[in-house]
Formats: sequence, C-alpha cells, structure tokens
Amino acid sequence: MGRKIQSVLKKDWQLWAMILPALAYIIIFCYVPMYGIQLAFRKYDFSKGLTGGDWVGFKYFIQYFESPMFWTTLRNTFVISFFTLVCGFPAPILLALVINSLRQQKLKRVVQTAVYMPYFISTVVMVAILQILLSPSTGVVSNLLKNLHMIPQSVNLLGTPGAFVPVYVLSGIWQSAGWNSIIFIAALASVDGQLYDAAKVDGANRWQQVIHVELPAIVPTIVILLIMNMGRVLSVGFEKVFLMQNDLNLSVSEVISTYVFNIGVQSGQFSFGAAVGLFNTIINFAFLMIANMVSKKAADISLM
Amino acid sequence: MKTVRRKMQQSMSDRIFYISATVIAAAALVIVLYPMYFIVIASFSNSNMVNQGLVTLFPKDVNFYGYRKILERTDLWVGYKNTIIYTVCGTLLNLAVTLPAAYVLAQSRFRARRIVMPLFVITMYFGGGMVPTYMLVKTLHLTNSPLIMIIMGAVSVYNVIITRTFFENSIPAELQEAAELDGCSHFRYFLSIVLPLSKAVISVITLYYAVGHWNDFFNALLYLNKDEYQPLQTILRNILISNQAMAGTTGAGEGSYAQQYADQIKFAVIIVSTVPVLCIYPFIQKYFEKGVMIGAVKG
Repeated sequence: MGRKIQSVLKKDWQLWAMILPALAYIIIFCYVPMYGIQLAFRKYDFSKGLTGGDWVGFKYFIQYFESPMFWTTLRNTFVISFFTLVCGFPAPILLALVINSLRQQKLKRVVQTAVYMPYFISTVVMVAILQILLSPSTGVVSNLLKNLHMIPQSVNLLGTPGAFVPVYVLSGIWQSAGWNSIIFIAALASVDGQLYDAAKVDGANRWQQVIHVELPAIVPTIVILLIMNMGRVLSVGFEKVFLMQNDLNLSVSEVISTYVFNIGVQSGQFSFGAAVGLFNTIINFAFLMIANMVSKKAADISLM
Repeated sequence: MKTVRRKMQQSMSDRIFYISATVIAAAALVIVLYPMYFIVIASFSNSNMVNQGLVTLFPKDVNFYGYRKILERTDLWVGYKNTIIYTVCGTLLNLAVTLPAAYVLAQSRFRARRIVMPLFVITMYFGGGMVPTYMLVKTLHLTNSPLIMIIMGAVSVYNVIITRTFFENSIPAELQEAAELDGCSHFRYFLSIVLPLSKAVISVITLYYAVGHWNDFFNALLYLNKDEYQPLQTILRNILISNQAMAGTTGAGEGSYAQQYADQIKFAVIIVSTVPVLCIYPFIQKYFEKGVMIGAVKG
C-alpha cells in the first residue's frame, strides 16, 4: 500500500504540484468558511476565533424568524429576484433570436459589440448613471418619461419605494441582457443548416422557422440556465442593492444579503449574521435541487 | 398559380420578419448606446445646459472643466494606482493558479480528479457565506491588507471549467502521446505546447478576471478600512454616490456654484474610470462566443 502511494506520487508529482495552489485556495477560502458555518449555532467569542464559543443550537435562527426583519428581508429578496428572473430571463433569448435574424453581417457585429458593452460597467458606475439619468429635476430619462406622461410629474424614481424594483430590474436588463444573449447566440449558430432547408421545403416561412427550428434547438440551454438561475432565486446581487439603498427606499430595498452585511459585519453580531446567511444558502440550495430534479424528470436535462 | 401565390405570401411575411428584426435591433442599439453617449457628451458640455436638458444629441459650450478638476483629486489617482496594482497582480495570480489546475483536471489519467473536480464544483452552489468568510479573513490577519484584494477570488471554478473544457476539446490528445514518447514532462508539455495553443481561452479568462478585479467593490467594502489602500471603485462611490464630488476641491462660500459643477465632475469621473475596460474588450470579443459556449457545455 505504502509503495503504491509512493509510486503514484512519483509518477504524478508534477500534476499534484500544478493543482496544489488551486486546491489550497479552494480548501482555505471555500471549505474553511463552510466549516465556520457552525458559528451560526454558537455564541461568538472573540478569544475562540473562527468557530465561536458555546453551543446555543438554533437560538439565532429563532431570533431571526421572530424578528420583524425576517418577513421584510425575505419578501424584498424574493420580490426582487422574482422580477429579475421573470423579466430578465426572456430578454436575452429574444435578443439572441433578433441578432441571429439579422442578415447584414456588419450590422450584426455592431449590435453585438454594443449590447455586450454595458456588462463591463462597474456596479458603482451603473448606480451613479442611474442617479444621474433618473434625477427628479435634471435627469434625462426621468424628464423624458414625465413629458410622455408615463410617470407623474412629482415622482422621484430613486426615492419612491414603488419605483425601486422596476428601476432595479430594467437597469439590470439594460446592463446584462446583451452579455447573457451570447450563450444563446452561440447555441443558435450551431443549428444544423439542413434543418432550415428541410423547414423551407415543408413551406415554413421565417417566423415558423423560429418556432419550429430555432426555439427547439436552444431549449436545452434555456433549461440549464433556468435551473442555475433557480439556485440564485434568493441571492440578489449584494452590490447593486447596497449601492441603490437610501433612507427613502429602505422598506423595499433591505434584502437578506444587505441585512447580513449590516447586522453581521457592520454591527458585529457575527453569529446572528452567520445564521441569517446560512438560512439564505440553504433556501437557494433547495431551490436549485428542486429545479434540477423537476427538469430531470420532465425533460431529462440536468446539471452535472 | 396557387404555389406562386403561396410563395409570394411567404416572401412577404419573410420580409416583415427581417424588417421587424432590424427595427428591434436598431431600437436595442439606441437604448444601449444613448445613455453612454449622453455621459460622454455631458462630460464636456456646459453643466447648466446639461441640467436644463438642453444637451441631448450634441455637446454644447464645450469645456473640460470636469476633467481639469479631477486632475486635482489625489484620492482618485491613489485609487487608480491601487486598482491597477490589484488588477495586474490579481490577474497574474489568477492565471498562475487557474491554468495549471485546469490542465491537471483535463488529464483523464489523473485519477484523483474524480474527487478533486466535485470538490471544486460544489463551491459553485454552496458556500460558507459572508460572515464565516469574513471571520476567516480576520483570523488570517488579512483585513486591512492590500494582499486580500489580490488573493480573494484567486480561483473561479467557472473559469477552471471553461479552461479545462478547452484543453480537453481543442488540443489533440495525440500531441501529448507524442510528447510523452519523447520523454517530455508535464511541466514542459504544459509550458511549451499547451499554453501557446490556448490563446483563445487565455484571453477570455484574462478578461473575466481582470474586469472582475477592476470593478471589485465588495471586497474593499468588507475588508479594507485604510484610505491609502482603497481601490478605484470605493473612491468612485464616494464621489459619485455619496456625493462628495466637490470635497477637497473648493473652499467654503462657493456653495451652489460648486454644486452646479459637481455633475460635470461626475461625468468626467465615470469616463475616466470606465474607458480602460471598454477599450480592451472589443479586441477579445471574437473569443467570447467560444469561451462562453465551451463553459456551458459542461456546467
């Protein structure tokens, strides 16, 4: 046995040396924090370090469930991610179908280059652009919407709770629909040309080709991405919500991740923050597993 | 006769199809480009006119007040310098860790990969969360150290998978067999054969990692307190969102006069901080589709 290990190591030591840095990083920065999750069940103790002190069981979970912030944060997180998914998911698919239908190659390239671009803008700059364009007095977009009577004259899009989710979701689509369409464009590019020819022979016009050739071709990609998005149903991107938060919209913009940051890190309630975070992770993981299972049963498509 | 009419109907409906596709694409183009174009022209227009909504298509009363003002902001340039350091060092570390790992995980004869691979993939879907990670960094005494900005996120499992899939599919297995017959070691084969053949995937993950470092705001918020280590994004937040555009550049008494120019400074800051990223990406764009697609094959 010992000799076998020795010979394996001798043969593969270079491979082990090459994977060691990545393995070490994953173990230290991903698995040690997972081990540190037990802090959620223990009283934080400065002297005991990473994993905390005395075992208290589900105390912090119960504290969270019984606090008024539980329903607020859960509802806000759910609402934001629900609308992000429902409105944000179809947008890149439509965009990909449109880009794929363009016949002039030059126009196609220009559109692609342009729609990918916003993805590279940082969240800080993105939120700043929103503030500038939506400013109640000087914002170009808010003034346009007011002139078109799409929003009331007096409204401040950045401070009205009712406007927070639409602004968040629509700006998210503006920023990432192009980027997210790449994967569908690539899937459409790999459709066999013979399928189009066969459809034409059967008398299908271009619209029918979209329905009967292109859509079926990208369904597996759609399902896989839908499953992966389900796994994030309760994880709203922290940065953007955090940066868009202000005193006026806090009632709809405090989500679980910003709450964990504010209470767990800023206020130093480490155990409580860890418990709230763990609750979030478990819900996400459960959603991912359920979505994966359903699609495996229904369409035989699954992750891994 | 019947078939002719059907053909004509068909070409008619096809024409409508292509026209509507072009119209939607043009609309998307305008919606995406106009806000960015507006920021650009507003950055060197008279800010009074911008605020009154007079600047819509062309810059008016061109001046470079905003750009001149930000030259005086030392905090911005310290942030810029820090971000360049974090981005260059961080991305080099990313590549040095990711590429060899992906090579190893592409070796079907490396039997431990059946354990190592799931170990990596699980972290994409499950993690310790914000607080335990914060506790770890604190325990390692990396809070308030610029090192954390370089080390954090050294491996993105997603990028490892993209790279591994590229190595598996785009580099002929015969090459390795031939190299092994000649007594070539893994190190040498990796450095002199695999890397030169992998420019496409290396460009894609370099871009992913570099943009991630450049735009990183979260890690600085969580782990850094000291001003001298703050990256560009933190400074941008102070200037743009916390509205400290005029801090340090004007004395008291200028009041509304100062505020009037605050927006112009903001526009200039947005341009100066974002242009470097937007300039690099079109060169790598041709690899995107390949990169995203190979990553998606095996999620």
